[in-house]
Amino acid sequence: MATDRIVGIDLGTTNSLVAYMQGDTPAVIPGEDGSNLVPSVVALDENNQTIVGNSARRSLIETPDRAVYSVKRLMGRGVDDVQEELKLFPFRLADDLQPGEVLRIQLGNRSFNPPEISAFILRQLKRNAERFFGAPVTKAVITVPAYFNDTQRQATKDAGRIAGLDVLRLVNEPTAASLAYGLDKKKNGIIAVYDLGGGTFDISILKLHDGIFEVIATNGDTHLGGDDIDNLLIAVALDDIRGDMGIDLRRNGEAVQAIRKAVIDAKIALSSQPSVKLDLELPGGHHYRREITREMFEQLAQPVIDRTVGPTKQALKDAGLKPEQIDEVVLVGGSTRIPKVRQLVQDIFKRTPHTDLNPDEVVALGAAVQANILGGGSEATKEMLLLDVTPLSLGIEVAGGVTDKIILRNSTIPASATQHYTTQVDGQTNVAIHVLQGERELAKDCRSLARFELKGIPPMPAGMPRIEVKFLIDANGILHVSAREQRSGKESEIEVQPSYGLTDDQVEGMLLESFDFAEEDFRQRQIIEARREADTILAALEKGRKNDAWSKLRTNERNQIGKLETGLRSVKDSDDYQSIRKAIDVLNQATTRLAELMMDTAVATALKGKAMDATNLEEGPAAGHPMAKAEFK
Amino acid sequence: MPGGATSTCWSCGTMRAEHFCSACGKVQPPVPVDYFTFFGLPRKLEINTAQLEKEFYALNRKLHPDVYASAPAQERSWSLEQSSLLNDAYRTLKDPIRRTEYLLRLEGVELEEQSKAATEKARSTGETKKQVVPPDLLEEVFELNMQLEELRAQKKLGEDDPALLEELGKAKMALEEKSGNLMSELQTYWKDWDREFDSSTDENRRKTRDQMVDLINRRNYIRNLVRDVNEALEN
Repeated sequence: MATDRIVGIDLGTTNSLVAYMQGDTPAVIPGEDGSNLVPSVVALDENNQTIVGNSARRSLIETPDRAVYSVKRLMGRGVDDVQEELKLFPFRLADDLQPGEVLRIQLGNRSFNPPEISAFILRQLKRNAERFFGAPVTKAVITVPAYFNDTQRQATKDAGRIAGLDVLRLVNEPTAASLAYGLDKKKNGIIAVYDLGGGTFDISILKLHDGIFEVIATNGDTHLGGDDIDNLLIAVALDDIRGDMGIDLRRNGEAVQAIRKAVIDAKIALSSQPSVKLDLELPGGHHYRREITREMFEQLAQPVIDRTVGPTKQALKDAGLKPEQIDEVVLVGGSTRIPKVRQLVQDIFKRTPHTDLNPDEVVALGAAVQANILGGGSEATKEMLLLDVTPLSLGIEVAGGVTDKIILRNSTIPASATQHYTTQVDGQTNVAIHVLQGERELAKDCRSLARFELKGIPPMPAGMPRIEVKFLIDANGILHVSAREQRSGKESEIEVQPSYGLTDDQVEGMLLESFDFAEEDFRQRQIIEARREADTILAALEKGRKNDAWSKLRTNERNQIGKLETGLRSVKDSDDYQSIRKAIDVLNQATTRLAELMMDTAVATALKGKAMDATNLEEGPAAGHPMAKAEFK
Repeated sequence: MPGGATSTCWSCGTMRAEHFCSACGKVQPPVPVDYFTFFGLPRKLEINTAQLEKEFYALNRKLHPDVYASAPAQERSWSLEQSSLLNDAYRTLKDPIRRTEYLLRLEGVELEEQSKAATEKARSTGETKKQVVPPDLLEEVFELNMQLEELRAQKKLGEDDPALLEELGKAKMALEEKSGNLMSELQTYWKDWDREFDSSTDENRRKTRDQMVDLINRRNYIRNLVRDVNEALEN
């Protein structure tokens, strides 16, 4: 059923994709421009409308203060966490940001939080899919880095909701890739997925067994990727320019973005050629020219690439496996095109990695496979089942600020743990629980997820109440907490204060707002398009009147056209795009015979061997039906 | 059949196995059971882990939330609870130490807290941690702790003493060997326990149980020592 179609979405740091299952094969849905990748860039155009993807990427250079990229780095993070990012990325925080509030990014004179910005990207992908299917799309599977914590996952889910998508499942990116990889091979064995993308690194070790994809261990770094290499290259260029020409461009957003684009192109080129020449025009007519050899590039990138070694070794250790015990290594993410990265993977695992999958698309394709499984499966997927793990240990703060781990990392999810609490004071009715995520011993070194307040405990002497709290990590890797006082059997009320995320009410508010915006956006676009089309047909009619064919029409036909033309002119400037469209359609019909006559005239003229004048050329057979509906989207 | 408990499937009315209906396959409301019962196993310690894995995969195909993605909310919630219970049970039973510790807890034993969290907690609250050094290890532990202190002091000064490092390495290997021996000793207790489970007196069972408690404590103590040595060597 078309309405139940579930799409798979790779919401990437650099690029995002949407895919679906076409029969037994996953396929990426291209955008209007024919491209499979939608750059994860959001910008405001001159009318304060949001634009996404390639068009937004242009404004990144022209109006950098109205555009944002790599927003995934900010998902689920607080102001304190992002100080490092702020030094390296041109993120502008909103001026009126309150302490404790979820981050907001300034774009022009508006500000948005990271889930809202991600929602713009998701909405674009949703639109692409809807155009492709010709039907609404409301359900999706979205991928996240395996090493994303609870807050980052929740933020991604919120983004989906704000975009009007029912997020059926968050799937870990390397795991999704393994689904796409394992789809056509009924293979059993142990595989490692090494996923180095634009902003995140993941390593996952999986056991494939008769269609079951069991993740044994995962590790990673949610702030490590191609972006980091770009930043090093930009820093070198800025230093060069300052040293050689005495120009400090660090505060010049436009110039930095231009340099960024140039070094990214250079980085990509260096994967296939030994050296590349940078040639960049700078403000003030200066030129920055420099040759970068692969050797220089590799020296610069080495420290970034080396940061993947630690997590990889840890994942192997957690899996209890030696590198030789891995049957196949799968590479995912654009940064794995870098020869030095491939070399490193080969050195660690002592085998040539598998590279015949498109590293940019494989995650989205895997998301489509998972979407298909959740939709009930097909012949190709009916035996497939994904058993994933939680990447980080879940703990609670106990006396002395120590973390007591209750669900260990690499536990298969869903996973649960039960803890018992009591009161310290007679008649105490509330108990506070601080939930943490991470591997460190002290609570202050772990990620604070939320503070839960158990309320409504029946007043009893200290130590008497016995409150059972159940912590459950669902298949998305998101935590749920429930509590019950066992003596009274009463469900305790839990008040959750997310440490970094949005509350449900906030998401709900944004959802409504985005519906309003979406509807308004849609209406605006329809009006603009209808007017443009009206102008086209009216202009064509002007020309038609001067054509010989006009005189060949019957009087009542000419009168009818004239009447409908007046009709269209009278509604053209209104905001009622449906009336404009109706007027266009009827005028279009009334002029069909005129169009045919014009074509005949043109053909006849051509056959007579008479030289065609400019008008004829323009409106000759090659131009088709001169009144044809203009194609605007 | 898991647990031996049967009742009537809420959906189709036939008799069912515990977690899903054998007739129509639908997930059933979770019943609070221990991990052994969940897998339909007696409280015995020798487990065929290959068989357990097979069962784990088979049950996951019936209970995993992916199977119920488009089911009504109630079934989705049962599936979530059942599959988390399945995963928790499998994680515990497949590992020899966790399995033994779990059984001992079911038998009412409060295992000595030797986790690192407890150590840190004791350190920060000033309480003395309940930790008894196994008598036969006393001398070794004393020596090892001295060496570790020395190593930490040297590291602070940026010095390097290859002889000390070598000794620590040797001590670590000896501890690991001891730990390995304890594992094979544990397996003989498993056999005792499983045999006594069916036929023996409470007194015999209690004896075996206490032997296992002692062994687990010693093993955890050694594990912590190895961890300390590793940390000192790495830092």
